[in-house]
Amino acid sequence: MAMIQTDAQPQTKPTQEKTAKLLRELVAHLRQNRTQLREEWLRRIFQAQLLTAMTREETFAEATSVYDSYVEALETRTLEALQAYAQKLSERIIPRGVETNEVVGIVLLLRDVLARSLFAKYQTEGHLLNDVLDAYEPAANSIAITVAVGFVRERERVIREQQEAIRELSTPVLQVRERLLILPIIGLIDPQRARQLTEQLLRGIRANRAKLVVIDITGVAAMDASVANHLVLTVESARLLGAKVIVTGLSPEIAQTLVNIGVDLGKMNTVGDLQGGIEEAERLLGYTVVLSSEGAQA
Amino acid sequence: MEVPILKQGAFLIATVQSALTDADLTGLRDAIVERVGRHRSRGVILDVTALDVMDSFATGTLRDIAHMTRLRGAQTVIVGIQPDVAYAMAHMGLTMEGITAALDLEEGLAHLSQGRPMSPHE
Amino acid sequence: MTELLTTGETRVRIDSDRAIVDARQRGRAIALKLGFSPGSATLVATSISELARNILLYAGEGEIGLQPLERLEGFGLAIHARDQGPGIADLDRALEDGYSTSGRLGLGLPGVRRLMDEFEINTNGGAGTTVRAVKWNR
Repeated sequence: MAMIQTDAQPQTKPTQEKTAKLLRELVAHLRQNRTQLREEWLRRIFQAQLLTAMTREETFAEATSVYDSYVEALETRTLEALQAYAQKLSERIIPRGVETNEVVGIVLLLRDVLARSLFAKYQTEGHLLNDVLDAYEPAANSIAITVAVGFVRERERVIREQQEAIRELSTPVLQVRERLLILPIIGLIDPQRARQLTEQLLRGIRANRAKLVVIDITGVAAMDASVANHLVLTVESARLLGAKVIVTGLSPEIAQTLVNIGVDLGKMNTVGDLQGGIEEAERLLGYTVVLSSEGAQA
Repeated sequence: MEVPILKQGAFLIATVQSALTDADLTGLRDAIVERVGRHRSRGVILDVTALDVMDSFATGTLRDIAHMTRLRGAQTVIVGIQPDVAYAMAHMGLTMEGITAALDLEEGLAHLSQGRPMSPHE
Repeated sequence: MTELLTTGETRVRIDSDRAIVDARQRGRAIALKLGFSPGSATLVATSISELARNILLYAGEGEIGLQPLERLEGFGLAIHARDQGPGIADLDRALEDGYSTSGRLGLGLPGVRRLMDEFEINTNGGAGTTVRAVKWNR
């Protein structure tokens, strides 16, 4: 279970047990004063002009849940429930256009409002005030980080999904003949895109029951070792699904790159251009006796 | 976990139903080899659609099955490798060289039925 | 980048054939729950399978630890394969493709290194071995 960090240096700081006791007291105080502390927090949120994408009612509802989750995290001294809550909260508010600075902002405001309340309560008790803050601050910081990181992660996940969707649209795997797929690759290939292309191709092979794939790399912007290795990986994965791959658009320079990095071109069926590749594929598909796996090189 | 092995004419069809332990894999290998010998089968289809992981041991065992059945005059075709599994295998370097893979049962049977002469490169 | 928060490690005892399957299935489940794609979860499960088998073959028993990781750029999963076995005598060779002392296809460790983003081995003949392999979601 995730534990909220608390300092524990015996000489000048309170013991773990004392900290636990103090936190229980804090939690009780924060629960008792929930209504007015939440009011104070909401007032600050509006004043700072945060969460403007949401209505007052929505803000009030979310603020109530955040407040309760915050206090619960302090009480249980674990972050799991808070992480789960932060995830759900992010899923709700990201489509509403809420930004990272707003989420971080409101959590920090809550931290401050609660801290001031504690200060007000314990200020006449000198030594105890220090202990209270020592107990509260690390816990409050862990909570702030949890919510912020949860939000950022969810945002990044959404952005990634959108990027993948765009990539998928931009590089369709085409079925032009029965049992034959064509994958024209255009532009820059980064590792993410390479992985996505291969996954798309493999799914396509299975869905279309393709026996032959023509991968055209004429439009590939830059062929380096990692792209070349990925190409080899793609050819081998496709073979495991029973599909042969013909690579077309291999310029002499690229062929040299491949040879230099140790790719056995004999393993890859290569043809000069896309048209030639399709013809070769049709020829292979037209045979009633399937050729042996050595394939043909042009 | 017993893998059902069906006899279909001159062919055997073994369909994995769920995750296999190492012992299950070894048992499967022995069972297939024994049945090929007993029925003098010409071909074996090993359907691994249900396997969500194929690591070096599983691949090595499949290789053993292919070799041992070939010694007894039968060709083995592996079918049903999942796309994610194929990717992981290729990424790892487990290409199953020398072993024939086909997409599914239908393709596997078509491959065996073509009566291709078996070369050492199969 | 420092890891800010961690949740606890899930430990799976490796003492049988069946345990290898359990460990990798749990690994897949945890990876999916964390948010990895099915493809990445398969890479994780395959790595766990290899590491768990190594434990069984060379040490007889041990454990696989699965630790979710987090950093600002994203999340990850750390696999710890721990045993108290005799250790790996020749580490360089063990990381070479094709090397195996047990007669099997010697692709376990180099294979895992290819699949994962981080990979380190601590082996100390007699004091056991710990392999740490991490997959990040980026």
